[in-house]
Amino acid sequence: MKTIYFDNNATTQVDPQVFEAMVPFFKELYGNPSSMHHKGGEVAPYIRQARQHLADLLGCLPDEIIYTSCGSESDNTALWSAIRTQPDKKHLITSRVEHSAVINNVPLLRRLGYRISEIGVDKYGRLDMEEFLRALSPDTALVSFHWANNETGVIFPVEEIAGICHERGVVFHTDAVQAVGKIPMDMRGSKIDMLSLAGHKLHAPKGIGALYVRKGLKFSPFLVGGHQEEGRRGGTENVPYIIGLGKAAELAGLRLGEENTRVKALRDRLEEGLLKIPYSMVNGDRVNRLPNTTNISFEYIEGESILFHLSHYGICASSGSACTSGSLEPSHVLRAMGVPFTAAHGSIRLSLCTYNTEEEVDFALEKFPLIVAKLRGLSPFWKDDGPAESTLLTCDSDSCNLCG
Amino acid sequence: MWEYTDRVMDHFENPRNVGVVPRIDGEGQVGSLSCGDALRLTIQVDKDKDLIEDAKFQTFGCASAIASSSALTEMIKGKTLDEALAITNQDIAEYLGGLPREKMHCSVMGQEALEAAVANYRGVPVKSAQGEVICKCFGVTDVEIEKVVKTNRLTTVEEITQFTKAGGGCGQCKPKLEELLARILHQQTSRSSEVKPGRMTALKRIKLIEEAINTQIAPALMRDGGDIELVDVDGYEVLVTLKGACASCPASKATLADFVTERLRALVDDHIVVKEYHA
Ligand SMILES: Cc1ncc(COP(=O)(O)O)c(C=O)c1O
Ligand code: FES
Repeated sequence: MKTIYFDNNATTQVDPQVFEAMVPFFKELYGNPSSMHHKGGEVAPYIRQARQHLADLLGCLPDEIIYTSCGSESDNTALWSAIRTQPDKKHLITSRVEHSAVINNVPLLRRLGYRISEIGVDKYGRLDMEEFLRALSPDTALVSFHWANNETGVIFPVEEIAGICHERGVVFHTDAVQAVGKIPMDMRGSKIDMLSLAGHKLHAPKGIGALYVRKGLKFSPFLVGGHQEEGRRGGTENVPYIIGLGKAAELAGLRLGEENTRVKALRDRLEEGLLKIPYSMVNGDRVNRLPNTTNISFEYIEGESILFHLSHYGICASSGSACTSGSLEPSHVLRAMGVPFTAAHGSIRLSLCTYNTEEEVDFALEKFPLIVAKLRGLSPFWKDDGPAESTLLTCDSDSCNLCG
Repeated sequence: MWEYTDRVMDHFENPRNVGVVPRIDGEGQVGSLSCGDALRLTIQVDKDKDLIEDAKFQTFGCASAIASSSALTEMIKGKTLDEALAITNQDIAEYLGGLPREKMHCSVMGQEALEAAVANYRGVPVKSAQGEVICKCFGVTDVEIEKVVKTNRLTTVEEITQFTKAGGGCGQCKPKLEELLARILHQQTSRSSEVKPGRMTALKRIKLIEEAINTQIAPALMRDGGDIELVDVDGYEVLVTLKGACASCPASKATLADFVTERLRALVDDHIVVKEYHA
């Protein structure tokens, strides 16, 4: 069975060129770049070159990049650096739809006495800018908003927000894990202070990430250790993976145009085709959105069962349903957007990349209607070709928090 | 990705008895669309024989919810109502070759739909729907939780969530769940202590411990892929080797040891201390 991989926001396949670039660093080029002998010395230029590639992709200086082990480490580093370097400020602003790498710090910070404003979004997943502006205060240590949402692909106006923060002297961090390599960015003309990225979302391997830290910004390391990364992140460099990320950044730069034309067209074709299925709808702003992502709900059926049937045909996707979120409730992103529960449980995210083809899209468009029809045939909420009358829409406990 | 057995995948991909029976004599509905899974079970009853002639289901939910519903209809067809009512959620899970712990609530949903359908046919109220709602997120009552804790010998709040979903939403009900669980476990202990033998000789105690392990505790553990072996008894100290479903997982071992202790105290003596033997 052929695999059709439409789950590139979860992780991507390592590009063969990336892999090839890494191999020598598992073999003959095994030196520690800190060592004072030729084995160490021969590695250093490659690391410098890799850093330059990543800097080119972000439009920043090479020494504004700190390598980390993953996107989550980058996010945590940014958050705690802003807190430690501004001990007098006790307020943070973030949104309700961030990745868990940011959002799961909130309870801990609250326990430590911080005030956190979690800004909401509208039904299209767009940030409530007014609520954000109201929340800003002289006590704000950090504003952290993701550049693009991993589930819906909705893009936040981070440049505008960075400008607002800069004017008021507030540090701004953006989790750009989903945005890097998919949309153009240039830190030179930007007021963004810190930016997180993760290699495995752009065809580098898992386990390598980076944090951009604007030159001159006060910084406090998250992982304390040796003098690596100029003392900003301890630990011997993960040389092969740094090389891999460099190569991936180089390729991403070259493919950025294609991502926003061919991949976008494939996504649109897929989305338009799926919307022909009755009682389906797109979750999220279709205008300001990553070119590769669509999040579609099929009402009255449940996401995990859709995924298993898709997997049966070799198609990989993901869902924001309760059964797949591991938390028994649908995704926090869809809930923050107020997606009705008839649709939230049946949401499917399809995220493409440059490896996908038109044939794959057409194959999926052929199978989806069969799967949806099969599951609706089992559903107590479906009759013939429309919703059935049912008393099971909301539960009968009159005090249930979900049904209100 | 969940690891489902081949039988679960078979019942998911080829569900048996989908739809509504020709003549609805009893109907049970549980769950809701908002909660993420819902099951409607209809049964047709041979009134003279008190026998389920036909059963069909409609389910909204994940693969294991669909498979559990399908399995349930297969299990109850041709059974008398009383025989059908004796089916526990464990039986449904076993029929499917087991379910991931996090998905056990799917088997519970099946069992509750059955109970509701039979109650509906008999014109009596459904027992588990009564009682006080403990978890508002998923509308789970104390009666329901107590039943599931007892049939599945649950000992932690986490397990209650896996089996009933209670506590899996906002988490506000967790303190109440703790309290309820402590009460149920205490009841079990004290109720069985009534039948517990009075003063015992050391020999009798050893015999009782051995019997409890062999006839009650070992089978319960084996159901989940674990095992227990009695190594030695020294006064009230019971030395055992334990094997969890995942052999090297310290967390599961801790709960295993708690479970064994709880059972031995209930069945033999309140002073029992269980120690794990490391060869
Ligand atoms: C928006 C966002 N932030 C952070 C992360 C975490 O990245 P990593 O898995 O490399 O830690 C992800 C990955 O899923 C993401 O999508
Ligand atoms: S009330 Fe039980 S999880 Fe919210």
